[in-house]
Amino acid sequence: MAYAAGVDVGSTQTKAMIINEGREIVARALTETGANVIRAAENAFAEALRTGDLREEEVEYVIGTGYGRYKVTFGNTQVTEISCHGRGAVHMFPNTRTVVDMGGQDTKAIRVSPVGEIVDFCMNDKCAAGTGRFLGAASNALDIPIDELGPTALRGERAVQISTTCTVFAESEVLSWLGKGKKIEDILLGVHRSIATRSAGLLRRVGVEEEVTFTGGVAKNLAMIETLNERLGLKVNVSEDSHFMGALGAALFGLDHILASRAPVPASEDRS
Amino acid sequence: MDDLKDDETIVGRGNKDGAHLFRTWFEGLTEVAEQGRGAAYVFVMGSMCELLRVFDLPVVFPEINSLQTAVRRVAHEYLSEAEDYGYSPDICGYVKADVAVQLRGGEHPMGRIPKPAVAVYTNACNTYIKWAEIWERMYDAPSFALDVPGTRADGMQTWPGDPDFENDRKYVAAQIGELIPILEKVSGVKFDIDRLRESLRNVNVMNKAWARVLELNQSIPSLFNALSDGTIYLGVSNGFRGSEEGARYFTDLVEEMEYKSAHGIGTLTDEQYRLLFVGVPCYPIFRRFTELFTEWGGTFVGSTYLWFASGGSNLGFQYDLDNPLESLAEGFLVSVRDAMDSMFFQTNMLAEMIEPYGVDGVVYHPIKSCRTVSTGLADNRRALMEATNIPSLFIESDLMDRRVVSEAQLKNRVDAFFEGLATRKQRVAINP
Repeated sequence: MAYAAGVDVGSTQTKAMIINEGREIVARALTETGANVIRAAENAFAEALRTGDLREEEVEYVIGTGYGRYKVTFGNTQVTEISCHGRGAVHMFPNTRTVVDMGGQDTKAIRVSPVGEIVDFCMNDKCAAGTGRFLGAASNALDIPIDELGPTALRGERAVQISTTCTVFAESEVLSWLGKGKKIEDILLGVHRSIATRSAGLLRRVGVEEEVTFTGGVAKNLAMIETLNERLGLKVNVSEDSHFMGALGAALFGLDHILASRAPVPASEDRS
Repeated sequence: MDDLKDDETIVGRGNKDGAHLFRTWFEGLTEVAEQGRGAAYVFVMGSMCELLRVFDLPVVFPEINSLQTAVRRVAHEYLSEAEDYGYSPDICGYVKADVAVQLRGGEHPMGRIPKPAVAVYTNACNTYIKWAEIWERMYDAPSFALDVPGTRADGMQTWPGDPDFENDRKYVAAQIGELIPILEKVSGVKFDIDRLRESLRNVNVMNKAWARVLELNQSIPSLFNALSDGTIYLGVSNGFRGSEEGARYFTDLVEEMEYKSAHGIGTLTDEQYRLLFVGVPCYPIFRRFTELFTEWGGTFVGSTYLWFASGGSNLGFQYDLDNPLESLAEGFLVSVRDAMDSMFFQTNMLAEMIEPYGVDGVVYHPIKSCRTVSTGLADNRRALMEATNIPSLFIESDLMDRRVVSEAQLKNRVDAFFEGLATRKQRVAINP
C-alpha cells in the first residue's frame, strides 16, 4: 500500500494529512506554526505518521503547500494552496465549482472546472480584512476565546454595522460599539456579517457557481457558515475536514505523482 | 563559423545599444541642466518629439525619469520626499517622484534633469494635465495640452475618409498650428518644414521597424521578452523618436530579431509558456517580477505597454513626407488614439494575438498608481475570458511604490497560475 502526504504550512497553523492509494484519509495532524516554520512542518508530519501508525519511509511522496511550503524541507515538491484547496474541495464534494477558503491571514475565492482545474481565483490583497485575523481582532477586543465567537454571534438579533475595512481599526470599532452599550452578541454578528460580505465580494469577482465549498480554519465557525449562506443566498458545503483541505489537496497531488510513476510503458515504447 | 561571428555581434545588441543610448541621452540632459537651459517636458503617450526636434529642444520624459528611480531602487526616497512635501500616498508615483526631482533641483540617479522650458502633452492620461500644472506653478513654464479625440466605444474606431475622422483630423491640425508659434517663442528657433520632413522620415523608419519587431515575436521560441527586453526598446522609441540614432537603432533591432528568428535563438533556453502582459510593469522589483514567470519557463511574447507607452507607434504609421503638417495631424490622431484604445479597449487586439503568437495565457497587472490604465482591466479580463476561454491571471502591485508590492503574494498567485496552465497543458496533451 502506497501513501502520500500533504503538509499545509499556514500563517497560524500547520496541517498534515496522509492518504492511501485508495484516496482514503488515514491520518491527520495540526500544530501551531509559530516562529520556527521548518519545525512546525516536521512536527505536523511526525504527528500524522504517529496517529496513522506509519513509518516515514512508507510515505512515498510528500507535497508542501501554504505560505510556508518551501519550508517543508523533507517534501518532494511544492504546490500552492490555491491549487490544493481547489483539488481537496472537489475531492470531498465532486460538484464543487467554487471554493471559498478562509484562513488566518487570507481569504481565497477559487473557481474550479468540473475536472478540478483552477479556472480563476482571487484573494484579499495587502490587507487581512475579511480573514480569520479579523475574528482574532474581535476576540481580543471582547476577550472571548476564538471558539466561542461563532456560538455567541448566533445568539445575536440586531447586528451592528462594522464599517471599517481595516483589521486593526476593527478592534477599536468593536470597542466603540461596546461603549455605546451594544450587546456582545450583536457586535459579533456584525463582525461575521462584515467578513461574509467581503468574502462574498471576492467570490463574485471569480463568479459564484454552485456548488460552493467552504474550506479553511474559519469554516469551523457556525456563525461564519450561516452569514456566508445568507450573503450568497445558497448553502455552502462544509466538510468535517475543512481545515485540512489544503493538506488533502496536496496529498492528492502527491498520489498523482506516485501513480504516474507506476504507469505502464505503452507497448509502442516498450522495445525491451 | 560565420554564423557564430554574427551571433556574437548581433544577439543582445538591442539591449546593449539601448543602454548606451540611454546613458548618452541623460548625459546630454545633464549638460543642458548645467548650462541652465530648459527642456521640453513631454509624455510617452503622444510626445510630439518629431515636431520638437525641429526647434532643437532637448526632451525630458518625466515618466521615464520616475521609473528609472524605481529600477535603480531609490524611488522610495523620492516618493517620501514628495509625501513629506504634502502629496498624498494615493497620488500617482510617477508624479511624486518627479516632484521630488524638481524639489532636489533636478538631481536624479542618472544625472541632472533640466527644468521645463515648455510642457507639451495630450489628454491620453488625465494626470498629464494636472502634472503639467505643477510645473506651471513651480516655474511659470508654458504648457500646451493637445486634445486628441478618443474612440467613443469599443469597435467604434474611425479611419481616414470617414467624416468623423476628418473632423477630428482638422481639430488636431488646428491645435498643431497653435503649438508651432509657442515652440518658436520658447526655443527662439524658426519652424523649418524641411527639418520636420527629416524628423518624420526618421519616425517612419522607427515606426515600421517597431511594428516589425513586435510581429517577429510570433517566432517560436520568442525572440525577446516583451516585459523586460521590450521595455528597453520602448525607452529608445520614446527618447529618440524623430532622431537619426533612433532610426538606426530600430533598423539594427529588426536585423537582430530577423537573425534570431532565422536561427531559432529564443529569449529563454526552455520556453514552456507564451504569455501576454496587460498593464504597466512593476518597476520596484523589475527583474524579479519577470523572473517569477521565467522560472516557470514563461515569457511574454507581447505587452499592451509596448503599444500605449510608445504612443501607438506599434501601428507602424507612415507619414506622408510630401504633406508633412497634414500628415503629422493624421499620424498623431491615429497613433495616440490607438494608444488610448490599447489601454481601454484592448480585448479584441489581444484575442487576435492568441493564435498567431501561440499564447497560453494573459497576465493583467493593474497598479495602484494609475487609475487610467487600471480601472477597466477587470471588465476587460472578463470579456476576454468569455470570448476566448484563455487562462488569465490578475495581479496587482504598483509601478513605483514598493510599499504596495508584496513579492510573496505575487509569487503565490503566479505559481498558482502556472500550476493551472500545467494541468491544462497536460489535459490537452492527453485529450487534444
